Amino acid sequence: MYEFRYHRPATVRQAANLLLKNEDAKVIAGGHTLLPVMKQRLASPPHLVDLSHIEGLDGIEMKGRSLVIGATATHNTVATSAIVGEAIPALAELAGLIGDPAVRHKGTIGGSLANNDPTADYPAACLALGATIVTNKRRLKPEEFFQGLFTTSLESDEIITKVMFPVPKKAAYIKFRNQASRYALVGVFVAKRPSDVRVAVTGAGSEGVFRVTSFEEALKKRFSHKALDGMTVPADGLNSDLHGSAEYRAHLIAVLARRAVEAATAKPDVSVA
Amino acid sequence: MAKISLVVNGNPVNANIDPRTLLVQFLRENLRLTGTHVGCDTSQCGACVVHLDGKAVKACTTLAVMADGHEVRTIEGLAADGAPLHPMQEAFREHHGLQCGFCTPGMIMTAVDLVHRKGNDLSDRTIREELEGNLCRCTGYQNIVLSIAAGAKAMAKSDLA
Repeated sequence: MYEFRYHRPATVRQAANLLLKNEDAKVIAGGHTLLPVMKQRLASPPHLVDLSHIEGLDGIEMKGRSLVIGATATHNTVATSAIVGEAIPALAELAGLIGDPAVRHKGTIGGSLANNDPTADYPAACLALGATIVTNKRRLKPEEFFQGLFTTSLESDEIITKVMFPVPKKAAYIKFRNQASRYALVGVFVAKRPSDVRVAVTGAGSEGVFRVTSFEEALKKRFSHKALDGMTVPADGLNSDLHGSAEYRAHLIAVLARRAVEAATAKPDVSVA
Repeated sequence: MAKISLVVNGNPVNANIDPRTLLVQFLRENLRLTGTHVGCDTSQCGACVVHLDGKAVKACTTLAVMADGHEVRTIEGLAADGAPLHPMQEAFREHHGLQCGFCTPGMIMTAVDLVHRKGNDLSDRTIREELEGNLCRCTGYQNIVLSIAAGAKAMAKSDLA
């Protein structure tokens, strides 16, 4: 790891000022992606701005019909939160599938989104649920936020503060894990929303998370795994590597989408008072 | 350099360190608490697991400066020197939950955290799922799982948390 200066701001405003003043500064919260990358010397930020001590940045609450999760909420907090479990159980389950218990105690939702790893879980949830990613400057829809592999539309002094998830009628996430890394070889998040159905896929796309609109249209007509019988996705544009070919990933998408719909329909409808 | 103050195994510690120092390095090299091991150094194997504010974390993927103002507990902090072992340590001894022993401190710290989160009656399946982030190169998992189940039960009757 190369040398850096460590900063611990008490507010988001202070953190943003530090980012503005120090070129190439990086934000750290759980550090479970950034530190391994720094140890390998693939990143060498001269300044680290630690968000983990900013009060109130890790809260979880319901606001109207939206579940609002603070950026520094850890995967463990989301996985075990009664509020999340009641509003969007699929999201709690997703968080509980990330890494291992010790990793979940440190890794954060904001960090996962800002990193936009093409095999990360949260991006699929954001895209399928139609989340709003709130920063210190603006509100972004997932389509604007995710910009391809490890790339987002965040500016250099922009910090995610919270993520707002509108509560769906039904939802489920099914992940086929790489046996060694536990990242998604393919993960499919299906959400039946009041006005439409969304199917988002992580782990497979060469440009990161994406939606399968053909599946969405079929499921909008009939929200049953049978609606997807015989349907496939093309292997074009999917990742092919030592873990699996593009054709294998295409096959998995169709299988996991069916399983996700089955899982979602097995759960009772969520009603928000 | 960065000044840090934290509590390690109940004792206040002050130090002036390079911000690059990993928590595991700080524990082993500055404090000479060498029970916490470095295995893979890539947050996969769990040999470096310690408790930070009561939660299991991988000390190879935590900066010591991030622990400033917090409480750390290592394997050395489970039971006092010369006192009887912590029930989870005793269970590993009793059930031969180790072969070479390298992964053991991390296994035990993970197991104690697991009991704090999920209680004293743990199924085989739960234990195996929760050991996701702890690797035993001797592949001695059968007895590790047995030890954790027994240790969890013994913790219910013990004063040591």
